[in-house]
Amino acid sequence: MTETVISVQNLTRRFGDFVAVDHINFEVHTGEIVGYLGPNGSGKTTTIRMLLGLLAPSEGQATVLGYDVFAQSEEVRSRVGYMSQKFAIYDDLTSLENLTFYGGVYGITDKARIQRTLELVGLKGHESTLTRDMSTGWRQRLSLGIALVHEPKLLFLDEPTSGVDPTARREFWDLIYELAEDGVTILVTTHYMDEAEYCERVGVMRAGKLLAMDTPTALKRSIIQGDVWEVYAQPLERGLDLLSAVEGVDRVGLAGDHLRVISSQVQKETMQRLLTEAGISVEKIERGEASLEDVFLSLAR
Amino acid sequence: MNSRLMSIIRKEFIQIFRDTRTLIMVLIIPIMQLFLLGYSATNDVRNVPLAVLDQSRSTESRALLDAYRAADYFRIAYSVDSQAEIQDLIEAGKARAAVIIPPDYAQRLNDGNATVAFILDGSDPTSASTALSAAKLISQAHATGILSERFARTGMNLRVQPPVEVRTTVWYNPDLISAYFMIPGVIGMILYAIAAILTATSVVRERERGTIEQLIVTPIRPWELIVGKLMPYVILGFFNTLEVLAVGHWWFGMPIRGDLGLIILLSIVFLITGLGIGLFASTIANTQQEAMLTVWMTLLPSIFLSGFFFPLEAMPAVLRWISYLMPLRYYLVIIRSLLLKDVSLAMIQTDVIAMTLFAVGIMTAAALRFHKRLD
Repeated sequence: MTETVISVQNLTRRFGDFVAVDHINFEVHTGEIVGYLGPNGSGKTTTIRMLLGLLAPSEGQATVLGYDVFAQSEEVRSRVGYMSQKFAIYDDLTSLENLTFYGGVYGITDKARIQRTLELVGLKGHESTLTRDMSTGWRQRLSLGIALVHEPKLLFLDEPTSGVDPTARREFWDLIYELAEDGVTILVTTHYMDEAEYCERVGVMRAGKLLAMDTPTALKRSIIQGDVWEVYAQPLERGLDLLSAVEGVDRVGLAGDHLRVISSQVQKETMQRLLTEAGISVEKIERGEASLEDVFLSLAR
Repeated sequence: MNSRLMSIIRKEFIQIFRDTRTLIMVLIIPIMQLFLLGYSATNDVRNVPLAVLDQSRSTESRALLDAYRAADYFRIAYSVDSQAEIQDLIEAGKARAAVIIPPDYAQRLNDGNATVAFILDGSDPTSASTALSAAKLISQAHATGILSERFARTGMNLRVQPPVEVRTTVWYNPDLISAYFMIPGVIGMILYAIAAILTATSVVRERERGTIEQLIVTPIRPWELIVGKLMPYVILGFFNTLEVLAVGHWWFGMPIRGDLGLIILLSIVFLITGLGIGLFASTIANTQQEAMLTVWMTLLPSIFLSGFFFPLEAMPAVLRWISYLMPLRYYLVIIRSLLLKDVSLAMIQTDVIAMTLFAVGIMTAAALRFHKRLD
């Protein structure tokens, strides 16, 4: 069942002296939803562009659906779907016209298939709305429909939810799960931590390097060695300064009305004592859950 | 039929027809240009306002003025009493020319050595030179008339004739109607400008919106993308050509003497040059405004160095050499010849070959650059 859909070995891309993607290795299997997490400029888009055959690798190799991404890029392109963060739709065409056009480009002239895609992304009944009059959420779904019109087995989504409100984002992810259930493999880049949590596996990318790739739970377990503490104290800023300076504390960060402390050595009682001695009133200290953000920040250090 | 190519052509047409404002402009601009240039950009001299200072006030002087009045080159707009007034009128632009008939005109005419002063506003050299020759012609005809009359009166029944008579015949456009010269130019300019601007902006718009990137990851091939995007503009340009020809023919009476099929075929060859320029501009420009300006930059030298308004023969050698680089130059020779003269293809073959080479060369260069920018 777990057929390899994407296989990447030592994939590298240089732009002059700049190494955008630096010897990355990973595999993606059928029906997986794999997130690719990293800040802007970390090499996420460059990786996707190489996997689509838009950019030649400087070193290493990659196969997608069994085809070499550069030598057989035509084979790859006709079998994968791609949705870019720009939502590449024509503003002056209706949603149906957009889908019909992209369908035709893939050689699909069957109207029923176009209708099916329209239905899948929930735009049935809005066939003749000009896309410039649509909300961002709808445009996003149409953009996904365009990537899906030829029923690809593999979908690349490049920051698909940027600029979309939370409700529309949630609906979008429901759709992604539906697709994965039907056996579509999905590689999605994002810089939203919460979005990465939705993925079965997450790769963390930074400065061209793939630092880790695993399930969110496994990542939290293996990367965050210490305990996570949520410290409610007043005043917060002084507490932050104080705990940052303590030996054995890995990281302290502000999290709204409390501090998040990650440490494998310093225990709850030690923190309580240090804060109280400094005249900071401690309301409570609770054990917290490691998040992907913690993982990301730990790896980024 | 290739479904990818058809899809692009169909999509492009939907976009063209949906943008009604641009479509109307594309259809109306050629007609507007034609009317503007057909009527305004004329070198014909008619009704030049003339100021007259008749100090002689004799039958003879009135006869001379009648001669001026009879020819419709001039219109006697002012009768004045002093030279100062003439100066004022010309400076104010109210009169463009003046005739001063001296007090002793009648007397001296009798003696056979009369002079008349003719003053001309030379600020517009083209119309001034035409007016000057018109004035000379009128005066000479009048003088000849007076001589003949006088001989007749003295009983010598002798027709006075100049020793050499030059008989001029103007071919192809005997009435020297400027519109006949302008209409082919307008066709050329419109084909070039509309094709280039529309192509450039429509390609750049796809890049701005990111749809080009989306298209590259589809199985579409670059040549399909190029042909698919350009084809609708070929058809649009073809209609513009027919439109301008029709209005030129039926409204301005422009003759169409050459083979209409050949005219259309060669116009499409020239249209490809414009499309190529547009495609090329789209690979340089990042925004639609930049694309528009890039096209304009090539448009102006094309118009001025192609013989559209100004004869190439009169230009300094350097500019004349540069003019050989203007595809519009060849098209103008071709279209003017075909419309006015019914020449055979063989007679304009040098220009046809040059124009075709430019069309193929520019389109190839643009397509290669476009292809390169996709990767």
